[in-house]
Amino acid sequence: MPQYKQFPLPDTAEGLTEAEILTWHVKPGDTVTVNQIIVEIETAKAAVELPCPWAGVVTELHAEPGQTVEVGVPIITIDTDPGGAAAPAPAPAAAESNGTSSGKIGEEMPGGRIATLVGYGPKSGTAKRRARKDSAPAPAAAVAAAPAPAPVVVPEPVAVPAPVQAPGGYVPLAKPPVRKLAKDLGVDLYALTGSGPDGVITREDVESAVSAPSPVATQSFVDNGSRERRVPIKGVRKATAQAMVDSAFTAPHVTEFLTVDVTPMMELRARLKNHPEFRGVKLTPLAFCAKAVVLATRRTPDVNATWDSAANEIVYKDYVHLGIAAATPRGLVVPKVRDADRMSLKELAVALDELATVARDGKTSPADMMNGTITITNVGVFGVDTGTPILNPGESAILALGAIRDMPWVVDGEIKIRKICQLALSFDHRVVDGQQGSQFLADVGALLADPGFAMTY
Amino acid sequence: MSSPEQWTHPEPDAAPAATAAKPTAEQVIAGLRATDEGGADLVQLLTPEGERVTHPDFDIDISAEELRGLYRDMVLIRRVDREANALQRKGQLGIWVPLLGQEAAQIGAGRAMRPTDMAFPSYREHGIAWTRGVHPTELLGIFRGTDQGTWDPVEKRFHPYTIVIGNQVLNAAGYAMGQKFDGKVGDDDGEATMVFFGDGATSQGDVHEGFVWAAVYDAPLVFFCQNNQWAISEPTERQSRLPLYQRARGYGFPGIRVDGNDVLATLAVTRWALDECRHGNGPILIEAFTYRMDAHTTSDDPTRYRLSDELELWKLKDPIERVKVYLVRQQWADQEFFAGVEAEADELAENLREFCVNMPDPPAERIFSNVYAEGNPNLEAQRDEFLDYVSGFAGGEH
Repeated sequence: MPQYKQFPLPDTAEGLTEAEILTWHVKPGDTVTVNQIIVEIETAKAAVELPCPWAGVVTELHAEPGQTVEVGVPIITIDTDPGGAAAPAPAPAAAESNGTSSGKIGEEMPGGRIATLVGYGPKSGTAKRRARKDSAPAPAAAVAAAPAPAPVVVPEPVAVPAPVQAPGGYVPLAKPPVRKLAKDLGVDLYALTGSGPDGVITREDVESAVSAPSPVATQSFVDNGSRERRVPIKGVRKATAQAMVDSAFTAPHVTEFLTVDVTPMMELRARLKNHPEFRGVKLTPLAFCAKAVVLATRRTPDVNATWDSAANEIVYKDYVHLGIAAATPRGLVVPKVRDADRMSLKELAVALDELATVARDGKTSPADMMNGTITITNVGVFGVDTGTPILNPGESAILALGAIRDMPWVVDGEIKIRKICQLALSFDHRVVDGQQGSQFLADVGALLADPGFAMTY
Repeated sequence: MSSPEQWTHPEPDAAPAATAAKPTAEQVIAGLRATDEGGADLVQLLTPEGERVTHPDFDIDISAEELRGLYRDMVLIRRVDREANALQRKGQLGIWVPLLGQEAAQIGAGRAMRPTDMAFPSYREHGIAWTRGVHPTELLGIFRGTDQGTWDPVEKRFHPYTIVIGNQVLNAAGYAMGQKFDGKVGDDDGEATMVFFGDGATSQGDVHEGFVWAAVYDAPLVFFCQNNQWAISEPTERQSRLPLYQRARGYGFPGIRVDGNDVLATLAVTRWALDECRHGNGPILIEAFTYRMDAHTTSDDPTRYRLSDELELWKLKDPIERVKVYLVRQQWADQEFFAGVEAEADELAENLREFCVNMPDPPAERIFSNVYAEGNPNLEAQRDEFLDYVSGFAGGEH
């Protein structure tokens, strides 16, 4: 009668837990001899060849090349008595108890081997630990007790005790003897707060819980859980996260900083506010900054270009769709001012105001957020000086506009109080080199420091 | 001088340090040559081609029967080594330390010893164990993690395997000094001690101390260094400025380099060295120039640090093949003899396999029982507690 034996993946070095199947040298139906090389595996340490433990005929391979297999999981079934009388096909489950438990890391390893389904079914999985005697009669225990060394064929699938669900997803930290003490005394470790290092529950914790089962002891991990809030990641948060990760890991970012004296710009702003043409217009520093950006892009079109890796091309654009990063109750949105380069300062100011209102009302449509070419993030409104902004995916530059503060500044050899602002420009170094990025940033700075420069553009 | 093109190239005339982190191609090739050739001082009596040559200082008168015995020893121990290696790959041993390629060095040295001599092995001395009458099955427990080796070190005159590198050299030096103090040295019936270590161990302080103590006390100790060229991944030329056998001169005793793949030369040189020691002329260093044909241990991957060319060169110097060629040429052995040895090897391998998979797991109390010669209340309390804990599991002992 055919005798099916399963060869579990051995730990070929010291303390390895898994290995990748590289090549099988045999296939089902092949006759094998003892010590014939049957498979080549690669562990974290080395590529090694495994010899066959028995002579016989290969019945089944349980892992494919490229597959990573845990130590102890059967990789091949061999019929060691193929000449025997006809018998049922390979049993659905077979216990490998060929003394292979030695040298493994404690009982975590499938030493008290639980029968494993043939094929790609679940591995030894959750029932690796032997059941304690005083626990409910576990069907697995009977199988685990199969005597070594004779391999035994166990046809019936093995029921696996369901693992205890850990409330809150936490596992209380405690050493085995303490766990035993808690179990003996009937103390729920989940209800304890560990006083040991890193929150480990100590023997004293368990003992004091027994002597004084007061509400104090219930300040537990569960309690901690109630002081935390878990919010599903979705919507704008998810889109933002995805965009930021995509950008940060594809475009090599470079950030440059420039501190400018924007006093002339602020003076101009004050004058224009009183000008009839700007009556009713919300003329913010951001509007000046936007104007400076669209003017400067003319001299440095690189910052307004796109890296198209699919087409292997850099796309230069004769328009500027200016993105403005806006904080809204829903999160960060970046609506665009279309064709910002064709707008006057007044038109820009009006457009920015509308944009902000729509965004804050949460009414920015997805279309409004598409196809930007360059972005400004106004961190100054939060009273922040500067930052290292992350590019909007598909764009090559983003400018952070910092808070405008009264600061000491040297003017004509004397320290004066001036309106000072920091600019930070991040750019995609695949598209923009330091020279172009620096020039662009210097241009924006110059335009804000002396708006009269715009006359020269 | 500092243009970027030059940054990526080393200065052409700056000689690379011998201890540079990575050997240059030149160093690798030089090292290859060094491992291949033992130099002018190499004692050899049987060439890799199986030709018998003479040596002015060392020669040996060997009978056909003796040489057949050495051949058999080497074939059997190689088979044991390969079988144990395979057992590790089948998950039956936690680790194995292969001796492949070093059979002649070990059988030659081991067969030079008398039953009254004492041997201190490291952990690769399966061939020495064989010559001391320790059956290979008695080694398996060490590598299966079930015992510390089951032979009686006093009866077999073969110390337990020492895993700590070079540590046994101190023990052996002390033992040999004891032999001297006990007056067991000085004539033909004198005793001697031999200690086995590798080229890597020569970088250990313990080995240096052993050299010093043995030298100043004229201990009857043969330092038998198997230079298998690789201290795990570190080649010998990166551990020593001069050939290892020349180190002995600095300590004031003779150092001999012998072809460790030549069982006759190893036997002759070791026999001479042991005789010198038992007459009170020790200690002596023997460097057996050989090669580790397999990995350092089953946990090691030598393809990561050495060239396969080197392995191919050493295959031509196989210790067993040259003896076989010589036996055939001398008509000292026929096909029947070789087939008989093969059959014996098959049987031994089968034995080993059967023995290994059927080895009982030691009882849990074993970790406590061999710690003190006499009991210790603290340890006994720990033992009782542990046994009580273990007995709490269903399924009995495992």
